[in-house]
Amino acid sequence: MTSAEKYVTAAYLVVLAVVLAYVVIYAFKLSRLEREVAELAELARRRKEAPEPRPEREEVAR
Amino acid sequence: MNYLADVGALARKDLLLELRSRDTLPAMLLFVVSTLVVFNFSLPAETGDLAAYGLLWVAIVFTAILGLTRAFAAEREQRVLDGLVLAPCDRSAIWLGKGIAVVAFLVLAEVVALPAFGLFFEPVTWELVAAVALADVGLAAVGTLLAAMAAASRARELLLPLLFLPLVIPIVVGGVGASIADDPGRYLGFLGLYDLIFAILSWASFEYVVTE
Amino acid sequence: MSTSLRNSRAAALAAAAAGLLLLGIALAFYWVPDAPLEGFRQRIFYIHVPIALTSYACFFWAAWKALRLLWTREQRYDLESYTAVHMGVIFGVLTLVTGSIWARTSWGVWWSWGERQLVLFLVLFLFYAAYFMLRYSVEPGPRRANMSAVYALFGVVLIPVSFLAIRLAEGLIHPVVFDRDVGENLSGSQIVTFAVCFLGTLALAGALYLNELTGKRLDARLAELKEALS
Repeated sequence: MTSAEKYVTAAYLVVLAVVLAYVVIYAFKLSRLEREVAELAELARRRKEAPEPRPEREEVAR
Repeated sequence: MNYLADVGALARKDLLLELRSRDTLPAMLLFVVSTLVVFNFSLPAETGDLAAYGLLWVAIVFTAILGLTRAFAAEREQRVLDGLVLAPCDRSAIWLGKGIAVVAFLVLAEVVALPAFGLFFEPVTWELVAAVALADVGLAAVGTLLAAMAAASRARELLLPLLFLPLVIPIVVGGVGASIADDPGRYLGFLGLYDLIFAILSWASFEYVVTE
Repeated sequence: MSTSLRNSRAAALAAAAAGLLLLGIALAFYWVPDAPLEGFRQRIFYIHVPIALTSYACFFWAAWKALRLLWTREQRYDLESYTAVHMGVIFGVLTLVTGSIWARTSWGVWWSWGERQLVLFLVLFLFYAAYFMLRYSVEPGPRRANMSAVYALFGVVLIPVSFLAIRLAEGLIHPVVFDRDVGENLSGSQIVTFAVCFLGTLALAGALYLNELTGKRLDARLAELKEALS
């Protein structure tokens, strides 16, 4: 490969590398989002199983 | 003309505050002269005479940053600004009033800096003075707006230079060009164009910077 | 706009980007003939200039969204403007890197102050990097959205002003020594290759933009949900 060919290819490869790096970073972000959704689903499920105690004000007012 | 009255009152407030407290302007004067002295030691002997003009413009820009950091800085200033924003006046009057005060500070600093430069380095030409005057308007227009932004942030002294420097590169080009080029008119015209564009833009958008 | 609708657009754009870029790069390497003056190395043009133009497009898109924010006060434009600036900076960095490689192979130096586009992108990079510093050091909310929008508008105005300044600076600061035979009288095959690559990079930027926007919106929704549930 001539020197010119090496540099030209390097330029295109750099672009590919940056785009792929972006994809990798994005994959990490997505896995974090997935984890947070799981946490929230857990929170919601727990809320549903243990309902809040009724407010006491109602009985006092009567 | 209520608007102009507001502007005048605001500018006068800043100038009077400075007159009484005398903290910003002496610092700017001392800073610019110290910088010029440092330049003497930083320029190698064989450097052409023209390099000094470039360094003068660097000194002016950084002195402007120094002055602008103080523009919205004071504790009481923040509360005053909040109060002004709540008032029914046009918010851009705040920008104009403060901008006029900043120009005044810069001019006063340059009244000392330019003779010092003429003494230490190169003669001060009329083109240089004109360029400095035009640059002051641009520096104040853009700087006042950015200083208001930085004032709302956690790291205002750090943030202002970062926001300011890229925007004022054209001013430096215009200023240096007017100082050393054969046809300074082109560069002076460019400085005027910069001033016009960014003054209008800053005037129109200041309202959004200080309100929700 | 619902997330699912945006995602199908992102998928379509990504597919278009993949197809166009593959085609474009193939054209750039195999089909287009060598440039008469520069030779093989001129082919960097087909990736460098599209990326530069895409970066400008991202900044203009960000400014448009910023204008919409200031005009309508709808907060969703803040995320859109922010994401567009992010895309612009990514492509801007790519412009600087590919431009530097091109300079190295053309003239033996990694940087030249005489290369107007490179210098302009350096100034813009500094400007938009400060955009992120601004966002990180101000509390989230409408005030930060407004300030970011105003700053994004300043950026777009700075582009032509800076370019003019750089041209004016050439005469007195650094001599313009180097020259390229690019831009003048592109042949038909060169134009076609360039167009394909340009559309491809635009599509790529669009796809990445929509993806990132979805991600940011999901972030915001999740934060809301967390707030509501705990």
